[in-house]
Amino acid sequence: MADPMRIRAQAAGDKATVRVLMSHEMESGQRKDAAGKTVPAWFIQEVTASLNGKPVLAAEWGPAVSKNPFLQFAVKGAKAGDKIAVTWKDNKGDTRTDEATVS
Amino acid sequence: MQTRRETLKHSAVVAGLLASAGFPQFAHAAFNKAAFDAKTVQDATKAVGASSMAESKDVTITGPDIAENGAVVPLGASTSLPGVKQLLILVEKNPSTLVAMFYVSDAVEANFATRAKMGQSSDVYAVAIMNDGKALWAKKEVKVTLGGCGG
Repeated sequence: MADPMRIRAQAAGDKATVRVLMSHEMESGQRKDAAGKTVPAWFIQEVTASLNGKPVLAAEWGPAVSKNPFLQFAVKGAKAGDKIAVTWKDNKGDTRTDEATVS
Repeated sequence: MQTRRETLKHSAVVAGLLASAGFPQFAHAAFNKAAFDAKTVQDATKAVGASSMAESKDVTITGPDIAENGAVVPLGASTSLPGVKQLLILVEKNPSTLVAMFYVSDAVEANFATRAKMGQSSDVYAVAIMNDGKALWAKKEVKVTLGGCGG
């Protein structure tokens, strides 16, 4: 299983800035290994985020997103104490959800 | 008798409707493979469902002028316009141009940042797909001294 994400959510005014660092190989499918064989693509395809259980963001990613991807977005109306949950799903069907509290 | 072209066109429209109608629940159709396979900025935006493209000052792309490491290039896309449906980040000279696609909802600001891989120096694009299907874009040149897509 994949390692946990690091999520930091900070409230400022009427919004909260959320920074997420995911742990994923993000293999592009372009690289070749020592034997000259193409390394198959392995990357996060879908990312969703929710505020107190209500979905606020969905994203689709291609293999061109960097290894151990970083994502920053701002949620309107989030206050300190609210829960932000982030889920990703990769092209092998692996998925992970982590949660953080807005501070 | 329906021609293949008509059938394709029809299914594209249906898929578009499904995607936009299902948006609040994020019940969008499965991974948009066509868009991520597209080789040019135009093809990618078309595959997402945009009709016309225009440059806009209200869309901004942020990124470095020179990226020393093409494997990790911080890129951001944002817009101040209301009525944005999706925000796209694209790198023109990557094997597949589309890097990331964000669905904008009322609850999030149309301002996203992530990190992308770049194979070589290229123009990077931020494209905002509006609710009416227009695509507004902005671009910026990023020079890469060490590519991030090869071995």
